Amino acid sequence: MDIEIKMIRNTLIIRLKGEFDLVKAEKIRSLTDEKLQEKQVRNLILNLEKVSFVDSSGLGVIIGRYKKVQEKNGSMFIVGAQPVVEKILTLSGINKLVPLFKNEQEVLKI
Amino acid sequence: MEIKNYVHFEFQSLPENVSFARACVGAFASQLDCTLDDIEEIKLVVSEAVSNSIIHGYENRKNEKVEITVKIYEDHALEMIIKDYGIGIEDIDKAMQANYSSDDSRMGLGFTFMQSFTDEMEVLSKPGEGTSVRLKRSFLKEPEAMV
Repeated sequence: MDIEIKMIRNTLIIRLKGEFDLVKAEKIRSLTDEKLQEKQVRNLILNLEKVSFVDSSGLGVIIGRYKKVQEKNGSMFIVGAQPVVEKILTLSGINKLVPLFKNEQEVLKI
Repeated sequence: MEIKNYVHFEFQSLPENVSFARACVGAFASQLDCTLDDIEEIKLVVSEAVSNSIIHGYENRKNEKVEITVKIYEDHALEMIIKDYGIGIEDIDKAMQANYSSDDSRMGLGFTFMQSFTDEMEVLSKPGEGTSVRLKRSFLKEPEAMV
């Protein structure tokens, strides 16, 4: 799975590509956690525009990062979820904790 | 009900094989008259069951075996059996509760998803012997209303 990382001010942006399952979960977890340890990082945007599949292993990583961002008094957002991915996010209730937005610009405007 | 077609395959308990398993079952299920959304749901269900076998059944041991049997019945039902020979489940009712997981970093949604996207779910498990999950979903179209 391709992972792209970007920092805009105090917001960490993680862009994922491919299928977000067990095999990718560990990689994304460790990479994101490493970045979240940096002091200036407060908010997290997870860009799922190019993600075609997510299962409960992926959801576990999302909820775990949400808790970490909360500990830092920051906010987490998910952007660009495709309908097939959005359905799973909604069914799991994650969208009640981590709001869904269309794209990164929409979040950065806040 | 008679079986119209079936496949049976086994693979090593590696995380890399989860995507292989769901793609195989998804491709086989596409023989049924179903939508792309249906196929996505079937793939999710397989992903959850196989991930459970690897993470919980085999506690991430990599040299074990997962077996899958998929059957298509004459009445357009799809049946999937995902079987492992791992540690088994002590308390099936507890394992099937939404939000319960034996691992804190997981959401405990695997069985919930399996149940949500199928019509029947049966879990057979014996501590020390393994777990078999049988899932069935009908793709029989409702007869069209008379005009």
